[in-house]
Amino acid sequence: MTTAIQGHESHGPAKGLTRWLYTTNHKDIGTLYLWFSLAMFFLGGIFALVIRAELFQPGLQLVQPEFFNQMTTMHGLIMVFGAVMPAFVGLANWMLPIMVGAPDMALPRMNNLSFWILPFAFAMLTSTLFMDGGAPNFGWTFYAPLSTTYAPPSVTFFIFSVHIMGASSIMGAINIIATIFNMRAPGMTWLKLPLFVWTWLITSFLLIAVMPVLAGVVTMMLMDIHFGASFFNAAGGGSPVLFQHVFWFFGHPEVYIMILPAFGIVSAIIPTFSRKKLFGYVSMVYATGSIAFLSFIVWAHHMFTVGIPLAGELFFMYSTMLIAVPTGVKVFNWVATMFRGSITFETPMLFSIAFVVLFTIGGFSGLMLAVAPADFQYHDTYFVVAHFHYVLVPGAVFSIMAAVYYWLPKWTGNMYDEKLGKFHFWLSFIGVNVTFFPQHFIGLAGMPRRIPDYALQFADMNMVSSLGAFLFGASQLVFLWVVIKTIRGGEKAPNKPWEGAEGLEWTLPSPTPYHTFSTPPKID
Amino acid sequence: MLSNKFWRLFAVSILWSISYLAQAEWIFNMTPGVTEISRSVYDLHMIILIICIVIAVIVFGVMFYAMLKHRKSQGAVAENFHENTMVEIIWTIIPFIILIGMAIPATKTLAEIYSKEPSDVTVEIVGYQWKWRYRYLDDDPEKEVSFFSNMSTDQKEIDNQSPKSEFYLLEVDEPLVLPTNTRVRFLITANDVIHSWWVPDLAVKKDAIPGIINEAWTKIDIEGLYRGQCAELCGQAHGFMPIVVDARSPENFQQWLADKQQASMAEASLSDKTWTQAELMAKGETVYQTFCAACHQINGEGIQGAFPGLKGSKIALGPVENHLDMVIDGVTGTAMQAFGAQLSDTDIAAVITYERNAWGNDTGDMVTPQNVIEFKTGQ
Repeated sequence: MTTAIQGHESHGPAKGLTRWLYTTNHKDIGTLYLWFSLAMFFLGGIFALVIRAELFQPGLQLVQPEFFNQMTTMHGLIMVFGAVMPAFVGLANWMLPIMVGAPDMALPRMNNLSFWILPFAFAMLTSTLFMDGGAPNFGWTFYAPLSTTYAPPSVTFFIFSVHIMGASSIMGAINIIATIFNMRAPGMTWLKLPLFVWTWLITSFLLIAVMPVLAGVVTMMLMDIHFGASFFNAAGGGSPVLFQHVFWFFGHPEVYIMILPAFGIVSAIIPTFSRKKLFGYVSMVYATGSIAFLSFIVWAHHMFTVGIPLAGELFFMYSTMLIAVPTGVKVFNWVATMFRGSITFETPMLFSIAFVVLFTIGGFSGLMLAVAPADFQYHDTYFVVAHFHYVLVPGAVFSIMAAVYYWLPKWTGNMYDEKLGKFHFWLSFIGVNVTFFPQHFIGLAGMPRRIPDYALQFADMNMVSSLGAFLFGASQLVFLWVVIKTIRGGEKAPNKPWEGAEGLEWTLPSPTPYHTFSTPPKID
Repeated sequence: MLSNKFWRLFAVSILWSISYLAQAEWIFNMTPGVTEISRSVYDLHMIILIICIVIAVIVFGVMFYAMLKHRKSQGAVAENFHENTMVEIIWTIIPFIILIGMAIPATKTLAEIYSKEPSDVTVEIVGYQWKWRYRYLDDDPEKEVSFFSNMSTDQKEIDNQSPKSEFYLLEVDEPLVLPTNTRVRFLITANDVIHSWWVPDLAVKKDAIPGIINEAWTKIDIEGLYRGQCAELCGQAHGFMPIVVDARSPENFQQWLADKQQASMAEASLSDKTWTQAELMAKGETVYQTFCAACHQINGEGIQGAFPGLKGSKIALGPVENHLDMVIDGVTGTAMQAFGAQLSDTDIAAVITYERNAWGNDTGDMVTPQNVIEFKTGQ
């Protein structure tokens, strides 16, 4: 018996393709998620560049409006569901079991399933581009009846792929909750958990709460389209506004699903490179919980112009403004962590600092959007586009890149090329700001979002924005190069490459063995 | 010396950029607009913007100070503190108070926007793919004025085959004419998908939703032309359904309305007229370009997989009854609307005549307004 178990522990991964197909190892699955997400990031990025290329000048140059709408829709869907969410799930897979001192995720076979259904979902979604009538063209928010009565036939494939993505997310969330609840090493009490674990725990509950709502809303669409129901069809007694309520009840928590894990990452990196403990750990946990709670009662701020009554507008305006309080606490905590620290500026830290500054700018424009009367002027303009790209690109995406640079030495056993990393950071930082900052101005000047062509007064800023987008897009090739180069070799990484780092992952060798913490670590 | 020169250059460039920004302010910021509401919305926007900038300067200032002074390369040694209940309570409460300060003026403005007072003019606004219909409500249905407002920018300008005019994409064939200094009520709805009626200078943006009638109002101070666009994605020509408001003095407005009423009564009598094939073809072509070409295309070939072509189609070459039924009743569950209530009998007759004879569909058929009336009554 004993020898059999020892033999089991020493064996490495299987060889060939089946290693990846049949794997139940959290590190392998984490790697799969991360590569998948990077592939989707490039695909969604290409769609974004088609959009920005068409908007480079007034007039229609490259694509027709119909195809332009397909691009905006596919860009949004792929970036949200294909790039950002799987990247965070990948990081969770890799790091959560190690951070809590567990040998693997609680449900390894489900873990395999939740990843392997994703490529099918996105292959199906992308294949709609080649179908008669084209891909979904109704925006990533797919408002009915444009997405039901007036949708292209490919909408059915879209609905099916959203169902699969939802199932994958729910399985991932269940797995994370089960792991955190049941597999913590002895002595790893709740208030010793790294913040990345806390934020992912709360994110998982958000996922379980709202993914079924998304499944519900797309199923109602399916009923309307194929079975003659009229949930969203006014002529049959339904209401297009009902769609928006249900969608945003999912949609608002969804945007926090894409930012809470980022808070966790930044809360790990900033203390490391400030060589100082995170300021206000407990308040960080409570702030995350408050943000999660508030995310359920603010959904109609996406709908200020649909004609909800005054009392409703006021409620959603006040509740939305309240989000600024816990978010402010987080930003203050990060600044206080850096204050009187001993700071160095390695690539992960650069991305994290940029995260704090640029995410906060996105937070400010969010606060402006919360004010309902002003929102009547901002709503559905490029101001909104600027706002949510500031929280998603230099917010969520920068945090993911920070995490990759931070843990890459641990994953691969090699240090990344610091010069190239910094080069990537500065190109991305300049690119992202040149792309999205002018969009605030375009929006305030009155340019609606999701239009393929625009009036002449918007021309200058659109050109600047497009140039920035191409710079940002190209700079991600540097990222790809750094990652590949690090995997293939480089300076050997010690167990703890970062002087100020804390956490169980740094007690392990670099690269991490295939199986870790088969016996639980001791927690002080 | 050098630094002196540098500072002079620096000052000049700052001055230059300020004056540039001031000249071109309308490009960079929200318009203050031409109504009391739009001005209070603008003020609100500026107040919040300034508060955000002040907070940003303070928070980022502390952060950049730490980044400069507390870096390891400067010999900084990390201190140990990692919590302070007092500080944490203070920085929870202060933002809360600032938020209350923002919420008070916001609530006031919102209450004004939602105020319900009697208005002197009521206009029904209906969003269609991809045009607006305006109807001036009147107790006497005979005197109601109604018309469609389409984008008038030439397709050639969009396709870069001719130079773009000053109001490229923001010009219409028939603007919404409104009186100044008069409270105007809008009743906003849509015929097909959701649209959103937005004129920045009035600070009115309200979704036009099928099955729901939304209400908004405005009171314009200054005469002029105010331009806006549909703000909710509504399909392929979403970027091509502008709004133009033509604000005139109340006297001029009344005169315009009276002329319009005359004209629409004259139009109503057109169905009694005897039409020739050529007249119907000419009128039909205009109607087709306004209402049908967005989907079925100018050349009648449609878009593969999305919108069927009419050139050589079964409907256009088959029995006239089926064609009438298609145009008047539409096809439920598709983008093909029921045009029976949207278009006049003359327009329906003309467009069907056109479709049956254009693009080599030479059936030689002629459909008259009387045929349309007979078909409708026979249903």
